Amino acid sequence: MSYLEYNVKYVPSGFRKLIYLNWPIIFLLTAVACTGFLMLYSVAGGSVTPWMEPQVKRFGLGMVVMLFVAMVPIWFWRNMAALGYVITLILLIVVEFFGSIGMGAQRWIEFGPIRLQPSELMKLTLVMFLAAYYDWLPVRRASHPLWVLAALVIILVPTFLVLKQPDLGTALLLLFGGGTIMFLAGVHWAYFVTVIAASVGGVMAVFQSRGTPWQLLKEYQFRRIDTFLDPGNDPLGAGYHITQAKIALGSGGWTGRGFMQGTQSRLNFLPEKHTDFIFTTLAEEFGFVGAFTLLTLYTLIVVFCVVSALQNKDRFASLLTLGIAMTFFLFFAVNMSMVMGLAPVVGVPLPLVSYGGSAMLVLLTGFGLVQSANVHRPR
Amino acid sequence: MKRAPKDSAESARGISRRALVVGLAQVGVLGALGLRMQQMQIDQADQFRLLADENRINIRLIPPARGLIFDRNGVPLAQNEQNYRIVIVREDAGDVAAVLQKLAQLMPLSPEVIDKAMIEIARRSPFVPVTIAERVSWDDIARVSINAPALPGVIAEVGLSRLYPMGSDLAHVVGYVGPVSDYDLSLLDDPDPLLQIPKFQIGKTGVENKLETTLRGSAGTKRIEVNALGRVMREIDRQEGLPGADVQLTIDSRLQAYVEARLEGESAGAVVIDLEHGDLRAVGSAPTFDPNLFVRGISLRDWTDLNENKYRPLAAKAVQGAYPPGSTFKMVTGLAALQAGVIDPEETVYCRGYTEVAGTRFHCWKGAGHGNINFHESLKQSCDCYYYEVGQRAGIDNIAAMARKLGIGVKHDLPLSAVHAGTAPDKAWKTETRGESWRIGDTVNAAIGQGYVLTSPLGLAVMVSRIATGRNVEPRLVRAIDAVEQPSGGGEPLDLNENLLRRVRASMDAVSNNTRGTAYGSRIALTEVRMAGKTGTSQVRRITAEERARGVTRNQDLPWERRDHALFVCFAPVDDPKFAVAVVVEHGGGGSTAAAPIARDIILQALYDGPPPLEAYPANVRARIAEDQQRFQERVAPGSVGSDRA
Repeated sequence: MSYLEYNVKYVPSGFRKLIYLNWPIIFLLTAVACTGFLMLYSVAGGSVTPWMEPQVKRFGLGMVVMLFVAMVPIWFWRNMAALGYVITLILLIVVEFFGSIGMGAQRWIEFGPIRLQPSELMKLTLVMFLAAYYDWLPVRRASHPLWVLAALVIILVPTFLVLKQPDLGTALLLLFGGGTIMFLAGVHWAYFVTVIAASVGGVMAVFQSRGTPWQLLKEYQFRRIDTFLDPGNDPLGAGYHITQAKIALGSGGWTGRGFMQGTQSRLNFLPEKHTDFIFTTLAEEFGFVGAFTLLTLYTLIVVFCVVSALQNKDRFASLLTLGIAMTFFLFFAVNMSMVMGLAPVVGVPLPLVSYGGSAMLVLLTGFGLVQSANVHRPR
Repeated sequence: MKRAPKDSAESARGISRRALVVGLAQVGVLGALGLRMQQMQIDQADQFRLLADENRINIRLIPPARGLIFDRNGVPLAQNEQNYRIVIVREDAGDVAAVLQKLAQLMPLSPEVIDKAMIEIARRSPFVPVTIAERVSWDDIARVSINAPALPGVIAEVGLSRLYPMGSDLAHVVGYVGPVSDYDLSLLDDPDPLLQIPKFQIGKTGVENKLETTLRGSAGTKRIEVNALGRVMREIDRQEGLPGADVQLTIDSRLQAYVEARLEGESAGAVVIDLEHGDLRAVGSAPTFDPNLFVRGISLRDWTDLNENKYRPLAAKAVQGAYPPGSTFKMVTGLAALQAGVIDPEETVYCRGYTEVAGTRFHCWKGAGHGNINFHESLKQSCDCYYYEVGQRAGIDNIAAMARKLGIGVKHDLPLSAVHAGTAPDKAWKTETRGESWRIGDTVNAAIGQGYVLTSPLGLAVMVSRIATGRNVEPRLVRAIDAVEQPSGGGEPLDLNENLLRRVRASMDAVSNNTRGTAYGSRIALTEVRMAGKTGTSQVRRITAEERARGVTRNQDLPWERRDHALFVCFAPVDDPKFAVAVVVEHGGGGSTAAAPIARDIILQALYDGPPPLEAYPANVRARIAEDQQRFQERVAPGSVGSDRA
C-alpha cells in the first residue's frame, strides 16, 4: 500500500539506482574500515592473521549486503520494520535460554557457522520500527501519553532484555538511539525533561541497589563504574585497563610512535587491543593526527547521513536515516569517551574498526538502509 | 493512510528543527572528544610517554662476583664456589608433575622437595625458572644434562656461592655471608640496588661484613623490554658490573689453624701480632663454629646449639671479649709511675701481704708478703702491694693515660665485628658513666688491673707490642686490597723513656726466665728465642674476709663461671722482638698455668713458622709436647694444603 504513496516516476530504477547512491558515505566507510584493517594488522604484530583477514572478508560481505539493501525500495523496508523488530525480540528472548555464554554475557546464537548477536541486530530493527511507528502515527498524536507509552514499551522491552544479558553498552545505545528518534519525531519537550530528571533518580537507585539481592547491575559493572570514577585507586586491578589505555593514548603525542611501533599495544599492556580498545593503538601509533583524522571521518559520515535525511521529504526515510546516524554516532562517541577516560568502560566497540563480525554486518546493513532511503527518495 | 502534502511538509520541518538540536548536542560531544585528544596527546604527551617507557623497560641487575679473601700467603679463606642447581620452567615443561617424577629417578629428590617445588611453580608465572635443587653434585648434573631431551623445561644452571675452606678456624675473623634481610636493610644506609635482589648475599659478620662494600663490587645492569606479564621480550643493552675487590688479610692461616687447635677445649681468645707492621698473624677465639653452616642456611638445631652454648662459640673473644687484665696491667701502672717520676726503679716498697687504704684492706696474692721490693722484683713476682702504692702515687689519670698510650681503652680500627675498646677508667670516665666521683680504692684496684679496667686480648697484645718495640704499633688485619698494600701499623716511636721501657722488658724477661719468675715453668728454653711475658689472674668475684680466713679457695673447686680468668702476654725473641702474643683463658684459673703455656706454644709456632724444635721447650715437658705436636699436626695439616709460600 505504501508503494502507492510514492510517485514511481520520480524514483530511479534499475542500474540508475547506482548513480543515486550516496557515494561519499561509501568512500568514508571504506576509509574507516581500511584504518581498521591497518590497526588489526598492527596489533597482530604485523600479521594479517588472526584478525585482519577475516575482517576484510566481513567488510566485503558487508558491502555486498549494503548494496543489496540499498537496491531494495525503502518502502519495502518500512513494511518489514515491524516484522523485523518482532523477530529480533524473539531472538533476544531465545538467547536468554539457549545462548552461549561468552565473556560472562549471553549474547549470541549459533546458526551453524554464523554467530548471531540479536542485541546487535536490535540496534537496527529498533530504529527501523520506531521510524515506521512515527511514520504511521499522525504527528499531532506523537505527544499523546498513550502513544508515548507505546513507544517507550517498544524501546524498553529490548533494552531490559539486553541489560539482562548483561550488555550495558548495547542497552545504553538502544535507549539513546530510541530516545533520539522519539525526540526527532516531535514528542513533547516535557517528556524528555521528565525522563532526564527520572534517570538521575534511577542512577541513584542503581547505586543504592548495590549489595542488595535485587541489585540492578552485575558486580563487574559496578566495579567498572568505580574504576571510571577513580582509575588510579587500583592501577593493577580493575583500573588497569583504563590506566594503560590512557598511557597508550597520551604517549602517542602529535604524530604517534609510528606504524607498528606502539610499545603499549605491541607489548600487551593494552587490554582487548583488537576490539574495544583498538582506538588506543591507533592513537599511540599515529598520534593526535591519526586519532583526529578518524574522528573527522566518523563525523563526516554522520554529516552526510544528516544531510541526506534532511533532504528527504519522506518521514520514515528521514527518521530512519537520522536514527542510524545517531546510533553510529553513539557507537564511536561512547567508545572514544570510554578509552579516553570520559565515560565508564561499558564494552562498546569502535564501529567498523574493532574486530567483530556481527557489529560490522549490522552497521553496514544500516548504511544499506540509509542508501536505500537516499536512492528512493522522491526527487 | 494517505498523508496530505501539508502534513508531510510540516513533519519535515519538525524533524529539521529537532535534528538541529540533536546536531548541536553531537557537536558538543565531538568538541569534548577533540579537546580530550588534544589534552592527552599534546598537552600531557611527555608525561604519558614517560609512563609508557617505564612500563616497557625494566632494569635488571647482574650481581657481581664477590671479592675473594686470602691469607698473607695467598691461601684462600673465602672463595666463590660454583653452585649447580636444577631449575624448571613451567611453560616449557608442560606436565610438570611427570617431569619431576622423571627427574626424581635420575637424582635424589625427596617428596617434600617436589611438593615444595610444585607449590612454588604454581605461584610463579609460567616462564619464571623455579629452583628445584641447589648444590647438586656434578654427577647428578651430568645425568640430568644427558637426559635433557626427556626432561623438557629442566635446566641445569650454575651460580656462585660462598665457601670458607678454612671452616671454623677463621669463623670469627672472616665471618660469613647470608641473604640480606629486612633488618639488614633497616640498618644499612646503603642505596645499592643490589640489596634489593631477593636472597642477595651480604656479609653478616667479621671481615665479610665490615668490608662489605669493598668485597661486593658494583652491579651490572641490563635493560630489558618486558610485556605486561613481565615476560622478557628482548634485551636492550647491558652494562657489566665490577667484581668485588680481593682482600688479603695479614692472617697466617697455618698459624691461625694452630691457634684454634691449641685453644680447643677452652673458652679463650688469643692474638698474635707481627711487630714489624702490626700484622695480626692470628686472631683466635674458642670455641668456634663452621661459617659454612650459615651460608647454606643454618638449621634451627645448629643455631640453638650455637646460641645456647655457655662457652659462646659465636663470640669473637679475641676482640670482643672484655676482661679485667689483672697483673698483666702492672706494666701499665709501673710505667705510668716511673714515667711520672713518682718512684725510682730501684726504690723499694714494703709488702706485708696487704695494704690499708682508706680503711679497706687490699691483699697481695702472697699472704705472707714480699717484704721490701723494687720495680724489677715486683713485676717478676707480681707483687700487688707495690702497685697499690705506686698506683696511688701516680694517680688514676696518669695510669689511664698510659693505658691508652699502650692501646688499652682505645678502639682499634679493625674490620671485625664488635671490636671492644676496653676501658681505661679515669675520674672523668667514672663521673660520666656512673655519676659517682672517683675513690682512692678505685685507683688501688685499677693499679693491678681489676675494678673498672677492662680489655680484650687484642688490647693486651697491642700493649705488649708497644712495650716490646717502643713504637706505636697499631694492629692491622688487611694487608692488601686488590693487591694494593695497606698502610703499615708499625708505628712511630712512642713518647716514652726508652730506658724505662728497657727496664720493663728486662723485668718481663725475668718473669719468664728467672727461676723465681711467675711464668718460669712456661719459658722458652732456647736463649736466642727466649720470650718475655707477664702472667695475669683476674678475679671475677670478690673474695670475702671469711673465705680469706678459711684459706684461699682453689679455683678447681669453684663452678666454672666463678673461676678466675687466666691471662698471659708475651713477646719474643727478647733481644729482637718479632711477635707479641696475648692469651686470655676465660675462667681458666691461674695465668701461669692456664694461659702461659698456650701463649708460649703459639709464639714458638709463629717464630718457627711451623712446629718448633723440641729443644725450645724445658726438658721436663718435651715428651708431652712431642705428643701434642703430633696431634696438632694432624689437626692443622688439612687446612694448610695449598699454602704455597708466596
